[in-house]
Amino acid sequence: MEHADRIRLTVNGKVHDIEIGDRDDQVGPLETLAATLRERLRLTGTKVACDDGACGCCTVHLDGMAILSCMTLTVECDGKDVTTIEGLSDPKTGALDPLQQAFIDHTAFQCGYCTPGIIMSAKALLAENPRPTEEEVKEGLSGNFCRCISHYHVVKAVMSVVPPGGG
Amino acid sequence: MAGAYTYIGRSTPREDASRVVTGTVQFIDDIALPGLLHGRVLRSPHAHALVKAVDKTKAEALVGVEAVLAWEDVPDWKGGMTNSTRVLDRKVRFVGDAVAIVAATTRKTAAEALDLIDVEYEILPGVFTLDDALDPGAPQLYEDYPGNVVTPGVPGWGPESLKDLVTGDVDGGFREADVVAEGVFGCENIPNPMPPETPGAIGLWEEPNKITVWVSDQAFYKHKGYLRRIVGSGFDIKTIGVPCGGSYGSKNMSWQLQLHAVLLSKATGRPVKLVLSKEEQLAAFTLRPSSRMHVKVGLKRDGTVTALSGRWLVETGHYSQTTQAQVAVGLGEAQLAIRCANWDLHPAIVCTNRNASGMVRGFGGQELKCSLTPILSLAMEKAGLDPFEFFKKNYVKPGDGYFWRNGKWYVYRGVDYAAAMDEGAKRFGWAEKWKGWLNPSEVSGTKRRGVGVCVHGNADIGEDPSEAYVRLDPDGTATIHSALVEHGTGQKTNIVKMVAEVLQLPLDRVSQLPTDSSNSPFERGPGGSRGTYATGSAVIAAAEDARHKLLESAAHALGADPADLDTDSGMVFRKNEPSERISWEAAVGRRTCIGYGRFEEDFTLANCMMTFVEVEVDTETGHVTLIEVVNTTDVGQIIDPPGLEGQMNGCLGSGGIDSALFEETVLDSSTGRMLDSNMVDYRWRTFFELPSVHNVVLETPFASHRFGAVGVGEVATAPGPAAALMAASNAIGVWLDGYPATPQRVLRALGNVAPGRTGGGAT
Ligand code: FES
Ligand code: FES
Repeated sequence: MEHADRIRLTVNGKVHDIEIGDRDDQVGPLETLAATLRERLRLTGTKVACDDGACGCCTVHLDGMAILSCMTLTVECDGKDVTTIEGLSDPKTGALDPLQQAFIDHTAFQCGYCTPGIIMSAKALLAENPRPTEEEVKEGLSGNFCRCISHYHVVKAVMSVVPPGGG
Repeated sequence: MAGAYTYIGRSTPREDASRVVTGTVQFIDDIALPGLLHGRVLRSPHAHALVKAVDKTKAEALVGVEAVLAWEDVPDWKGGMTNSTRVLDRKVRFVGDAVAIVAATTRKTAAEALDLIDVEYEILPGVFTLDDALDPGAPQLYEDYPGNVVTPGVPGWGPESLKDLVTGDVDGGFREADVVAEGVFGCENIPNPMPPETPGAIGLWEEPNKITVWVSDQAFYKHKGYLRRIVGSGFDIKTIGVPCGGSYGSKNMSWQLQLHAVLLSKATGRPVKLVLSKEEQLAAFTLRPSSRMHVKVGLKRDGTVTALSGRWLVETGHYSQTTQAQVAVGLGEAQLAIRCANWDLHPAIVCTNRNASGMVRGFGGQELKCSLTPILSLAMEKAGLDPFEFFKKNYVKPGDGYFWRNGKWYVYRGVDYAAAMDEGAKRFGWAEKWKGWLNPSEVSGTKRRGVGVCVHGNADIGEDPSEAYVRLDPDGTATIHSALVEHGTGQKTNIVKMVAEVLQLPLDRVSQLPTDSSNSPFERGPGGSRGTYATGSAVIAAAEDARHKLLESAAHALGADPADLDTDSGMVFRKNEPSERISWEAAVGRRTCIGYGRFEEDFTLANCMMTFVEVEVDTETGHVTLIEVVNTTDVGQIIDPPGLEGQMNGCLGSGGIDSALFEETVLDSSTGRMLDSNMVDYRWRTFFELPSVHNVVLETPFASHRFGAVGVGEVATAPGPAAALMAASNAIGVWLDGYPATPQRVLRALGNVAPGRTGGGAT
């Protein structure tokens, strides 16, 4: 198999030099980014629900784009920049991102298991389209599963950070 | 109504909110322990077979594998209702049944080890439908269950636990009736509650006899007692509650999974984590029961139900987790929704070779309602009755009685829900939209709209005891000792609010101890919407008791009468001199004041949810779109407005309304294999398909506890499915013959009957 022996992955601003291989302490060629984040880097805020690309719970940002970390192989992320839910608050002050605060203020969750993935999807959506309409928010989040039905509160929370005059 | 209160009824952030939005809540799969091993289960590819031999040699030789166990390696521990099912058995009873368990240093190695275990099976014929299972010559799943019928009754609820509903004189009742309708209707699509987090546990065995289990379940304290029943006395058992990533009732019990982890720990001397994959959750963990009714109902033209008789078949899959209990509660709930003096209703619980049914919110009553409502509708149609008026007239009223789960008779002492129902009907526009049975409310080309309504309620809001301590420290903080975990309802925050209200302490000075059975008194945990009334009452009583002790100690030190003292913000003062305040510490010195509260089971209050549904059916494609839902209830007093709203919005998912529209488990009836045990094939509602949902909530104080509240979360899903099927049938002018209203079913109904009317499904 042809692949680099090591890859460099920046996660939430921190550079990780990762060895590739088949030993338990190395990342195997089939290891998903979700597994690397959760099990090796202990960034367990990224949730895995389906491990099958269907639910959006494992959403993280790869070079600023929302991706499903359960469908992404770590070996393919060499040189990339990953942001997870743990990396959303201000690194210096620790202050929450306004979107995280909006989720608190609107109680935009029940069990909270889907929440990190939804926040990461919504954050990427807002980066791409800072003034979405409600319909665009719903469309942008349609890959995110929420079984408790917190959708209505989520949409309100996301819309609350959209500057007035949006849409 | 927050008016009278500082915290109760106000929207306040959830106590775990910042952890939720930063991803720092530690769910079961996020927990790391020193030396932790990963467990996996080898599952049967056959629906019914004997395990002749298990060859573990190759798996054991794999580097990183620490233990491989099959049925002959483990004790004869049995769980399920009537202890039918072994923790690992030499007989497998469904595709996905546990055959062997493995512990390894990594998940990957554990998975690889499964492929290296060779199993020899003797395949047995299986039964996959109710009818096949009841056939006199059918293969038998258990020796203990002749004819595949589970032993009725719930041992823990006493000898009289409700097994059937026989009261009054049904023959006389039918003679009094103006109309009689009879039919068979099923709710047999066994939807999956499908919480996002899969079930999981960590087991730790410490010699000689100490068992510690971390569980992701919504209720963990009761597992301590449940595990003891299975493994016997002589063990020191501790259970630790971990935040639960969605349950909807389903993660109320997971004894098999917990004991697999414990057995692997015993074999390896290390803690073992066992978390199911999504496929295992869907194909091998519990889902809703399947239900079918054949009943006859008599009505008078004024909506009085004169008699109801017949048979209720409940299919529970390969074993009964708690199905007898679900049947008992379902029978109770039937009486809450239908005031009738003459009943003769006989359930039977039947085993088949599929994964088991278990607890899901709605708990038997939803399945009963889904089966019974279409038959009741036939009777209403015959009598020319409006279903809204019918349900309003027949829902339990103060002074009415019912047999509850233990077979005892209770007299309802709650509020009359008619006012809430009227408000809901107004909000929905029922009077304008209802055009009579099997008539659409609106037609536009191929699009036809229809409406439906149903009601559901539960007296389990006061089931089982709860206990709590509240500890006041001299530094002006309060700590709650309650074995209550968070599973999405926000109940942990609600008990903090209750204690803060009693003590008039800021919310951030009230906290709850980590959830561990060794530091908290008895708590059954959430279930049946009992959190608000049962857990709430215990916590409130503990806070009041602690407050009383604090003021008594302070009175002693101050030479005052306790009745003249009051406290807020961690300060004590004389009521007539509120400006002269001293801290708790100054008032009581180095003393903690511990209050104890206990709630005693009470079945004389019941909650209620009425759900109105409007759907649009495209008669060309058969597609049914959910347009509008109005839920209406009375909760006495709202504790947390957004939390309540979230629970009520939950009416759509977790096997709720959507189970009448598109959710179903598809079983291959020749092999017993589940065909949609993944989140791509099992359909679920997305952000882009949201109907309009309105929740009408009245606040007429209940005689529950000092805040007059009752819970409703559990019942939010229950009335909707029957209302949705009614709405779709009314839209197309033909009775749909089952759940869910898929395009195929709709088109079949439209094609198979002459234009116009006549009852289809329920006859
Ligand atoms: S866990 Fe990645 S999409 Fe579901
Ligand atoms: S909040 Fe529970 S799944 Fe979304």
